[in-house]
Amino acid sequence: MKKDTNYLQSNGYIQEKDKKLLDSFLLQVANIPGGESLRKCIQCGTCTGSCPVSYTMDITPREIIALFRAGDMESILASRTIWICASCYACTVRCPQGVQVTDLLYALKRLAIENNIFPKKFPVFALSQSFVNLTNRYGRSYEPGLILSYYLRTKPWQLLTLFPLFIKLLTRGRISLLPKKIKNTANFSKILNEAEIMEMIIPVRES
Amino acid sequence: MDYVYYPGCSLETSGKAYDESVRFVFSQLGHRLLEIEDWNCCGATYYMATRETISLVISARNLALAEKLGQNLIAPCSSCYTILYKTNKILQSNPIMKAKVDQSLRRDKLSYNLSLKIRHPLEVLVTDIGLHAIQEKQTFSLRGLKVAPYYGCQIVRPDRGLDDKEDPQMMDKLLASLGAEVVPFAAKVRCCGGMLMTTFPEVALKLNREILETALRNKAEVIVTTCPLCQINLEAYQDKINKKFNTHFHLPILYFSQLVGLALGASPQQIGLHRQLIPFNFEAKLQEGLR
Repeated sequence: MKKDTNYLQSNGYIQEKDKKLLDSFLLQVANIPGGESLRKCIQCGTCTGSCPVSYTMDITPREIIALFRAGDMESILASRTIWICASCYACTVRCPQGVQVTDLLYALKRLAIENNIFPKKFPVFALSQSFVNLTNRYGRSYEPGLILSYYLRTKPWQLLTLFPLFIKLLTRGRISLLPKKIKNTANFSKILNEAEIMEMIIPVRES
Repeated sequence: MDYVYYPGCSLETSGKAYDESVRFVFSQLGHRLLEIEDWNCCGATYYMATRETISLVISARNLALAEKLGQNLIAPCSSCYTILYKTNKILQSNPIMKAKVDQSLRRDKLSYNLSLKIRHPLEVLVTDIGLHAIQEKQTFSLRGLKVAPYYGCQIVRPDRGLDDKEDPQMMDKLLASLGAEVVPFAAKVRCCGGMLMTTFPEVALKLNREILETALRNKAEVIVTTCPLCQINLEAYQDKINKKFNTHFHLPILYFSQLVGLALGASPQQIGLHRQLIPFNFEAKLQEGLR
């Protein structure tokens, strides 16, 4: 049942290690609604020009697609670009060719995590991890826990600087010290466990 | 009419005023919000970006629970709105994903039959309920108040055909119809940086400075937002921005629903104005305008 992704492949010589990454990336792309428009990229740079944070990226969004075409997946995954994207979708809505740039960056993030290609204490991934752990436990997001666990992982010495804001929010009833939980956490875990298995199932191509 | 309501995690805590004011506005206009029983976190951008199937399952649990209550689901937080909308769209178009999600939800005897429409309260107010109906219930004019309508990212993007994606008008029209003076605001769809305020503060501070500056240059007295993350980024970090860039921002940041609530006769308490970090002294200002 897997969609045919051959037409997205590049033609040049590709190293073995990149080939595997490329394959799993293409599988992810096939799951993005409109993901196939990736092949229509004309390298105009509208994505980079529209991106509010491209000035601080090491590889611009346009270059990401160029590198993908050249088959250099490792350079893409090692870049800070995919982590600095704030998901504002400006590139996606402006792309004259309909390339789903933001969703492609999501797919690349997942690929980087699966393959463990990124600096270990890289801040954005640490934040995602904290977020996922807390959400799994409580069923709801827990802001103080998220910030605390994130700062402890990345920059504990800066925790004190947050204190004034914490007090201001607390006195206005804008922080809940204890986590808000869903009622049925037991069944929520059952769903999550099953989803964990589903995550690993990759549909195979029909012969 | 009845709408199914998904508050989302932020609206329980840092964005409490958004929840209070949306509830006030809808009840004042004679519409019921039916809160989803035991809803969970939508997964937010972070989950969606890291675990594909699980993020869809988490999000779809809410859809399955919502479907029992009605067909129009309202999600005020821009991020929740985007995630739930996206999940709905993927489940409708991708049978493999749908099967994986169904299999997971079955563990709690839940199922989702794809019948929901995911809506944002701004859109519902402007298109379903209509400006005319809101004006009819108006008891207080916003005349004389200069507002900069800040849409941020995820209301207009990715494109859902709701509004113009470069120069959206829904909030402009809504606030203008209640008497406010909507100032030209070139940064209305610029990104606030979202969670970059935590991960790369130097980047987010710069983005927020630009938004504040644009509003102030056009003489706005308040920035009006549609998203709890935009609201807190723009409001809570003005001190830091002032320190870093040697600026003097002190601009109240409200939710659009707070201003609509005011126009519909809410007390400051009812729409959470006591929760502002930068106070909005509307009475003096609006009385002045009324003269």
